[in-house]
Amino acid sequence: LAGGILSAGAAEIAPDEVVFKDDIEVMDSLTGQPGDPANGREVFADRKLGNCLACHANSDMSELPFHGDVGPVIDGVASRYEPSQLRAIVVNSKNVFGPETIMPSFYRLENGARPMEEFQGKTILSAQQVEDVVAYLTTLSD
Amino acid sequence: LALSGAAAADPDDNKLIIDGEEIATDAAAPEGSPFDRLYSGWRFRTSETQDLQADDFENPGFAAITLGEELWDTVEGSEGKSCASCHGDVSEGMKGVRANMPKWSEAAGKPQTLENHINTCRTDRMGADAWKWESEEMLAMTALVGLQSRGMPTSVQTDGPMQEWWEKGKDLYYTRVGQLDMACANCHEANFGKMIRADHLSQGQINGFPVYRLKWGGLGSIHRRFKGCMENVRAEPFKRGSDEFIALELYVASRGEGLSVETPSVRN
Ligand code: HEC
Ligand code: HEC
Ligand code: HEC
Repeated sequence: LAGGILSAGAAEIAPDEVVFKDDIEVMDSLTGQPGDPANGREVFADRKLGNCLACHANSDMSELPFHGDVGPVIDGVASRYEPSQLRAIVVNSKNVFGPETIMPSFYRLENGARPMEEFQGKTILSAQQVEDVVAYLTTLSD
Repeated sequence: LALSGAAAADPDDNKLIIDGEEIATDAAAPEGSPFDRLYSGWRFRTSETQDLQADDFENPGFAAITLGEELWDTVEGSEGKSCASCHGDVSEGMKGVRANMPKWSEAAGKPQTLENHINTCRTDRMGADAWKWESEEMLAMTALVGLQSRGMPTSVQTDGPMQEWWEKGKDLYYTRVGQLDMACANCHEANFGKMIRADHLSQGQINGFPVYRLKWGGLGSIHRRFKGCMENVRAEPFKRGSDEFIALELYVASRGEGLSVETPSVRN
């Protein structure tokens, strides 16, 4: 966010200002606010938002059809990762898993070539949606 | 012990038999292929969708074949000719043609797809208007021409003047595009056999085109499918008939070298 000292309420971290620790952790909330797990659950399932269910099966969503299996089953993910690691994965999966991963990076700007006009210069999820989905993931422990 | 999810979702073992004749839906992988074995998209569809393709009377793509046969004999343009005037019976004149597309054209100085060849005949030889890429007429004609190669193994030239185009197509195949940042290879090479939401990922082969897609409620061209896949990852697609899509078609065709032509195939 160019050249401004922001008031606490608006302290949203811009995509290119997210600080990674050892490539695998993002310690601070992107919004300075805690995420809302109920909304994060929506983000996980919604095809126009995270569409995480396209690749990750999730027992907590057994009411929904068509869970994908391109990625690992998400059950118990909070027992495998710290919240800071989950945030890092969602923000920029490539930092964590390497450049070959198929998983999109949900909060970075330099994605693939030829983005459609309506998505140019935009992240897939907003900072708050990232926090919400991370908050939701932290509820999925074994 | 439980089977892994991926194994359970691999291509099935069903056989495609049309009118008592088996059409091979897998093939040995050509040299240099990233695959252990090649599979037609048919092997990844549900048995209900597979059955539609196994019976020409059930196959909804055959309505277009009827139209194609009419067009084949229709005189059009300033030269007073139909396709039949020069090529005779379609089953003889067009046998094997689909299996080797796209082909190098000396006159055009670039590879030509089936659509390109048909339009060259229309404009330069018949004095008629070109058909639009995705028009009912073009789809009917490419379906009719494709059917004359059904069961024949595909094979395209990739050397000589084609090489540069092949390289360009390969480049596009592995380039990540769109806001979702995926290349063709992420889905169709690294993850075929897996489920992406409701879709069972295939190798993205083009041996069945034009395909009748239940979702489209009609036939669609190879370039329409490429466009759709690019849009799904929020990328600005190339235009149908563009040099980029011609190069990509050539490259994808080479990845399916040896698979049988299935036109008109049925997909969901
Ligand atoms: C197109 C496929 C795809 C989509 C969409 C996707 N992921 Fe992933 N995800 C993967 C893959 C594949 C991996 C495993 C790492 C690898 O192989 O690259 C993974 C790994 C993960 C992991 C680590 C899981 C573990 O047990 O190690 C988490 C957490 C995760 N994803 C969360 C999400 C969230 C949240 C979303 C949506 C906002 C999402 N993913 C969307 C493909 C996807
Ligand atoms: C996000 C995943 C994804 C990406 C990236 C993708 N596709 Fe697809 N593609 C699909 C799905 C899903 C289908 C429908 C099921 C199937 O046949 O795999 C499909 C179908 C196809 C088919 C039809 C196969 C048949 O048998 O009818 C072709 C051809 C194809 N894709 C080519 C491509 C090309 C070329 C690219 C790159 C420009 C590409 N795809 C990128 C997901 C993808
Ligand atoms: C006046 C004669 C004439 C007419 C009319 C004509 N063609 Fe052709 N067509 C040719 C010739 C000659 C070639 C071969 C060009 C070459 O070998 O480079 C050809 C080539 C083709 C090819 C490529 C074959 C291959 O193996 O490369 C296709 C496909 C084709 N024509 C389809 C059609 C269709 C469909 C129509 C009607 C809409 C049509 N043609 C009308 C003369 C004609």
